[in-house]
Amino acid sequence: MSSKQVLSNAKPFKYIGKHRRAVEHQRFVLGQGHFAADIQRPGMLHVALISSPYASAKILSIDAKAALDMPGVVDVLSGEELWANVDATLPGVDAPHVTRYPLAGTHARYAGEWVAAVVATSRALAEDAAEWVNIEYEVLPHVVDPEEALLPSAPLVHPKHGSNVIFHRHFVWGEVDQEMAACTHQLSYRVKWARNSTVPIETFAVACEWSDAQGVMDVWASIQMPKFPDQVAKALRLPGNAVRVHFDVDVGGSYGVKRGLKHTILVAYLAKKLGRPVRLVEDRLENMRGGDMQGPDRIFDVTLGFEPDGLVKCMKMRALDDIGAYSGRSPLQLGKPVGAIVGPYTIHSVAYDAMAVMTNKTPQEAVRGFGQAPTNYAIESGMDKVARFLQMDRIALRKRNLIAPDQFPYLIPSGTHYDSGDYAVVFDKALKEANIEELIAKRDRLREQGILAGIGFSTCLEPSGGNSSFEPLFNPKNDTTTWMDSCLVRVDLSGSVTALMGTSSSGQSHETLVSTVVAEVLDRDPEGIRVLKADSLNALPSNSPVGSRMAIMLGGAAAGAAKKIKQKLMRLAAHHLKVREEELVYEGGAIHVASDPSRALTWAALIEIMHRKYHLLPPGMEPGLQEKFVWEVPTGGGLPTAEGRIQMYPCHSFESHVILASIDPGTFKVHIHRYVCGHDCGVMISPDVVHGMTYGGIAHGLGAALMEKFAYSEDGQLLAGTFMDYLLPSAHEVPEITIVDHCTPSPLTEFGQKGSGEAGYLGSPAAMASAINDALSPLGAHIDHLPMTPQALWQACASQSQALDAKHALTI
Amino acid sequence: MKAAPFDYALAHDLDHALTFLDQYGMDAKLIAGGQSLVPMMAMRLARPEWLIDINRINALKRIELTSTHLTTGACVRQRDVEYNEPVTRALPLIKKALHWVGHQQTRNRGTVGGSLVYADPSAELPLTALLLDATLHLESHQEGARSLLASEFFMGPMFTAVSDTECLTHIDWPIWSGPRVASAFEETAIRKGDFAMASAAAQLQLDANGRVLRATFGVGGMDGTPRVFPQLAQQMVGLTATEIDLKAIAQEAVQECEPGNDMHCSSDYRRHLARVLLERVIDQTLQRALAQ
Amino acid sequence: MINKQAIQLRVNGTLYEREVEPRTTLVDFLRDELALTGTHVGCEHGVCGACSVMLNDEPIRSCCAFAVQVNGASITTVEGLAPQRGVMSKLQDAFCETHALQCGYCTPGMLVACHDLLQHTPHPTKEEVREAISGNLCRCTGYQQIVDAVMLATAPEGETHVK
Repeated sequence: MSSKQVLSNAKPFKYIGKHRRAVEHQRFVLGQGHFAADIQRPGMLHVALISSPYASAKILSIDAKAALDMPGVVDVLSGEELWANVDATLPGVDAPHVTRYPLAGTHARYAGEWVAAVVATSRALAEDAAEWVNIEYEVLPHVVDPEEALLPSAPLVHPKHGSNVIFHRHFVWGEVDQEMAACTHQLSYRVKWARNSTVPIETFAVACEWSDAQGVMDVWASIQMPKFPDQVAKALRLPGNAVRVHFDVDVGGSYGVKRGLKHTILVAYLAKKLGRPVRLVEDRLENMRGGDMQGPDRIFDVTLGFEPDGLVKCMKMRALDDIGAYSGRSPLQLGKPVGAIVGPYTIHSVAYDAMAVMTNKTPQEAVRGFGQAPTNYAIESGMDKVARFLQMDRIALRKRNLIAPDQFPYLIPSGTHYDSGDYAVVFDKALKEANIEELIAKRDRLREQGILAGIGFSTCLEPSGGNSSFEPLFNPKNDTTTWMDSCLVRVDLSGSVTALMGTSSSGQSHETLVSTVVAEVLDRDPEGIRVLKADSLNALPSNSPVGSRMAIMLGGAAAGAAKKIKQKLMRLAAHHLKVREEELVYEGGAIHVASDPSRALTWAALIEIMHRKYHLLPPGMEPGLQEKFVWEVPTGGGLPTAEGRIQMYPCHSFESHVILASIDPGTFKVHIHRYVCGHDCGVMISPDVVHGMTYGGIAHGLGAALMEKFAYSEDGQLLAGTFMDYLLPSAHEVPEITIVDHCTPSPLTEFGQKGSGEAGYLGSPAAMASAINDALSPLGAHIDHLPMTPQALWQACASQSQALDAKHALTI
Repeated sequence: MKAAPFDYALAHDLDHALTFLDQYGMDAKLIAGGQSLVPMMAMRLARPEWLIDINRINALKRIELTSTHLTTGACVRQRDVEYNEPVTRALPLIKKALHWVGHQQTRNRGTVGGSLVYADPSAELPLTALLLDATLHLESHQEGARSLLASEFFMGPMFTAVSDTECLTHIDWPIWSGPRVASAFEETAIRKGDFAMASAAAQLQLDANGRVLRATFGVGGMDGTPRVFPQLAQQMVGLTATEIDLKAIAQEAVQECEPGNDMHCSSDYRRHLARVLLERVIDQTLQRALAQ
Repeated sequence: MINKQAIQLRVNGTLYEREVEPRTTLVDFLRDELALTGTHVGCEHGVCGACSVMLNDEPIRSCCAFAVQVNGASITTVEGLAPQRGVMSKLQDAFCETHALQCGYCTPGMLVACHDLLQHTPHPTKEEVREAISGNLCRCTGYQQIVDAVMLATAPEGETHVK
């Protein structure tokens, strides 16, 4: 194994923090997973979508007569019918005219937008019939460039909204103008984060079945979405208790994007209308163009004010985000970074101009990190530029600015307290593991051979806990402050333990998380603890695994419920053994009197009394043994101030990447020689799980940095619509990675754990850019946009091409 | 992405396959490994009414090695060439080319003939065929058997001289015998296994004094078909390695091409890439030959 | 009307006789007709490898083959990799040990690719493992722990955690 674990300040845990096989693995390696596309319901029908070929068009007519006559075809649904029968989904920001329905109505606003749905007895037959639906369009002007979309002359994506800007707010935290003017130096730059996404290998799939007899809509979906059942019910004009989402469906990866509302509303409507189960499994073409799962697409304009010793005092950042033609969670992805707007640095005042603009492109959805990864890339790019400007070592420059360990909890200008951290130590650990002196020497040797080589660094925040206070921050009409999660733990008559959680998982091994936590608290073998996913009618409330929240929230809820079980057992034992609770010792589920161990109750005996011997219970005690725990996110419950200051996420993990990379001076292909990631997410409940997600996050980040882009033509056509053009890194493109762990426990959580699902992705693009720019620096070249493909690097060096030729010709 | 409906026939011999082609012509497509065709059909970019499966015709699967030629039936699987030691010893260039073709799983099904007939401008086997001056044998009922040189076979992007009623039956790959024969194949794609942005290959032979006896080199992905440069290669004959101006040769070769633009690769970058790769493969080939 | 065709396939040791439309891919046949849903669909155009199965002992992309094309063949899917019920193969066991999977979607294809590797190369290097799985895309793991799993499964003193 290539990770090293050092816990500082750790309590001696029995199960937490130990190597343990994830309980989920067994079913997957045996091919017994339970994914949405595996669901077969009797009489099930299948959906194929018809998409707009145009970026912007009026839909004049839909003629489905020929299609309806084709074999196996049961229905062809148009937007007109759907709009009359379901409610629109609204943006998270205050833009009531930017409504979205699963199918286009009178207008298509992006190429790939779903215009009609064909329902047939097989997917193949539905696709056949789709070719016979005749749709007439009137092509309208479109806009694909976000800066053009801001111009008064630009065609409006949603004319009723009156502008292409769906959100704009200028935040000022501190005396930025004054401090900027007082700084010795100022440096301005622009960086661009290209539209990429997590692109899970499983596309979105949903099956719905309506029961007339029960008045319930059953939903099996590949879903990762807070308040999903409620929003489906609302759109379908059903009461909340008429929708049953089966959270025990295995989700084949999501990392943010599988919000699935439009798919599910469409399929549920059809299921109810047709009185038969209906399933949609996006094919890859539908997924890439019309699945609405593309990520942030940002232009950052940043000015940093700093002193000759490298201290960065203030920052002005404008972030322009192209959200595409409709709003999902997208404008809010400009909001979450408010909670870590200064990264790990002591920047004193900040102006943040957040603007979300609409264009005629596929809508943007929540992507791993919810906007933090692009923001970290922008901040880290600036730190490197400051270092270069001052001719200062980039390590020293960062250290000059890192928040010191004795400054926690640290209040950043935008109102969030970082709970704990020791950034310099993690950075040092990464540098030590990377053997930085030797790495520099290796880089220099490569350079002597005529190869472009560079070392990259990033030191980045990883906010966690999912307190989605960016919702009220970006929409004052939304005063939601509850971000809860829950767990129910039950001990049955045989003494075995079951825990219930109320959301789906997409690879985070939550069953393992919960059983480990409950085992720790109850001091019982985790292998015997079964964790189930209740459906939405049976479940306690959850806000689903977003914002790296589950270790904190679900872990906390499981611990809370288990503690209540333990407390109840102690109360029973005290009553039964006629002592005070303080005189008792709880060990392995059994309880004995400290001063006289022979006076004891075994686990089995305790359980027996709880379940069968009412006459032995203390008066007023509930029989049986089950406890629930529902709780609010730590530090949550607040609303933003007038200046937009708010405590965003509660806990703050941290990552520091060190990379040695080279660029072939002829082909401009990048090779990564060494990759080290220092990582601190407090106490790790399941280290294998955390490391796995960090490796995966780094791979995502390398893809975003080097090869992934949803490129569009000027016509608004998606050019990267298949896996031949949208390039996901394979085992050849992801290097071997060494993770070095550190632990600064959070004071806010039960075990000191912080969240970590977004690790790696948040810091690796920044570090990769840092390495590439270091490699290009001897040529005086640089690159300020992603992805850094071979062609992009060649272009960056083009003006230096003559100097290059002399070096590359003899290099084999 | 389900293919449009079609009828399927398994041809039990070549004659059977050709009869189908006579009957259905343009409405039929031959399928061997299907690694290119099936995805195209899934995307409904190809929608033959008849699929004629030639993958079980033994006559199309032979591999024969003589001192002058390697003959591969059209339906020989790429992996069967890749793992055939006598073949790859006699013709190392073909193994070097296959190293870059897709992934192991695709080479387990994909055929030599399939790749040649599909004729993607950046594909490795077409470049190799052109480089070696391979002869491709076609057969139909109407025209009987005919042979084409690779240079006559590849006509444009995804476009060959195979007519609607013809089947590619086998390919003769010339072998260069004698000492000091070396070869190299390089390509650049963003990920290994992807379609190349540009590729280059070279084969040459040196005499005992290190002078070039014969040479051939070419590029892929730089035009509608792969390109070879026989006149430029001829200019290398009689020269030693140090007398060869790699830069100039590569520059001239690339200037003859008209590379296209796509989202990964502008024509300017492609030109640059091809120059670099061509210099490298010729250099590598010279070094390898000298080392022998 | 398109005629269905009769095919025979031996899948995980069991002989099946069915009638299929020619356009039914092997992966759809396995999943829909035989209810062997362990093999997954990721792209349907031959890139991601989630659909990998063994065809006559060699890994192929089952989305790139029509079922009729492989009539008479012997197929092994992920459901057929375990030596017997209740017992995992050394490779499956190693995957569990090193956390070589998270969401499980690419895992069947990965196991097939690795299983094939080990049949030819009983003690592969890390580079050989990466080459063997280079045609299988994963978005969860970054591949590291998958490589670890194969190295563990093939380590000379490797334990067998067979349950």
